[in-house]
Amino acid sequence: MHREHVLSTKELSRDDIETVLDRAADIAHSGTDRSRYADTILALLFFEPSTRTKMSFDTAMKRLGGTTIDMGSVQSSSVTKGESLADTIRVIEGYADAIVLRHPSEGAAKMASEFADVPIINAGDGAGQHPTQTLLDLHTIRENVGFDDLSIGIMGDLKYGRTVHSLAHALTKIDARQHFISPESLRLPRSVRFDLHEAGANVREHTDLEDVLSTLDVLYVTRIQRERFPDENEYREVAGQYRITEAALEAANDDLIVMHPLPRVDEIAPGVDTTTHARYFEQAHNGVPVRMALLDLLLQGEAQ
Amino acid sequence: MTDQELRVSKIESGTVIDHVPGGHALKVLAILDIDGSDGETVSIGMNVPSDKLGRKDVVKVEGHELSQNEVDVISLIASDASINIIRDFDVVEKSRVDRPTTVTDVIACPNRNCITTEDEPVQSKFDVLENGVRCVYCDTIIREDLTDHIDTA
Ligand SMILES: [Zn+2]
Repeated sequence: MHREHVLSTKELSRDDIETVLDRAADIAHSGTDRSRYADTILALLFFEPSTRTKMSFDTAMKRLGGTTIDMGSVQSSSVTKGESLADTIRVIEGYADAIVLRHPSEGAAKMASEFADVPIINAGDGAGQHPTQTLLDLHTIRENVGFDDLSIGIMGDLKYGRTVHSLAHALTKIDARQHFISPESLRLPRSVRFDLHEAGANVREHTDLEDVLSTLDVLYVTRIQRERFPDENEYREVAGQYRITEAALEAANDDLIVMHPLPRVDEIAPGVDTTTHARYFEQAHNGVPVRMALLDLLLQGEAQ
Repeated sequence: MTDQELRVSKIESGTVIDHVPGGHALKVLAILDIDGSDGETVSIGMNVPSDKLGRKDVVKVEGHELSQNEVDVISLIASDASINIIRDFDVVEKSRVDRPTTVTDVIACPNRNCITTEDEPVQSKFDVLENGVRCVYCDTIIREDLTDHIDTA
């Protein structure tokens, strides 16, 4: 994989994806030579709180044998003194061998890549993309049900959910049948539908899970956030319709796996955790080997 | 003076932008950042009968030869326009507009959460689609009301 930056799943080919996942499987199985990364420093620039993604990258770099630096909380950093992201990147790229960036603005990682000679890894840009989440999602799918003849339902907030946007682009590369299930007000944004259409993706949109549940190999659930709705009642009504329970899953295929990028609130009932369908904790654990694999492939050149 | 003469009254040197869709002449002037305050001689014909377009607008600007960047942006709202460069009352160059593949620093991204709307050293950049344009940074697609987003400041 020859790639300077990892900004979006749109630019990853099926080959790129499989290379990362093969390496992840390899690492999970036999570990790596930690001495290769003894001098490697990864910068973690999180302009938005995200304990999980940040800790996962931190763990991945340290397990490879390297170290990490971060800027502490945004409140105490130079950002509050009005420094531009471009300047921050120009400074930090001199300290580190790669930069992981989480930022509230769409396109932040792309812009950062224009100011950096070291690899930029997009760890979430507003409602845009979150490619490393997608890689760990795909790893979980491949390990459990494989990519062949895959039918997946993606449900919840499809409009603002960056994990959904990233995942949809990648699923198109592996020719999956994609069913999008959401209330009308939270359907996929025009730009994503445009791309999927252009790429010839196999896509259907639904408002009811019942219509497709029995045909699915994977059900990927995302959270519907309170702040997307003008009032509490409307939110409760909609959120209730897109909640998964043990009873709802009785109509599903026995081999169906249920995934969720976490954290969940109540969109998956706790009773589902102990069913054979639940894979969301395994999915979260896959973040470490997948990010190790990605870092390994990106940094290979510089760590010799 | 006949109507015909009014519509096609000649300019000595400058640019004639012909075959603009009817009603879009003022948008063309907005793109060129011309509001008359600098004293340029500008004449426009609006909703002139046209074989090709039914109704067309014509814009004539004295003393101003359009740059490629200006032509690119005009092409976004007037894909059938033709550009005539005039010197000494003669048409020295006549060309159809050509849609560019990208336009830089001419359209403001309507997504308030886009990095190009922040105080960062980055210019807006849009890919030109068959129907509309798309922000290279945040992927937002603009189809309708494109001229509302043209940033002539
Ligand atoms: Zn934008």
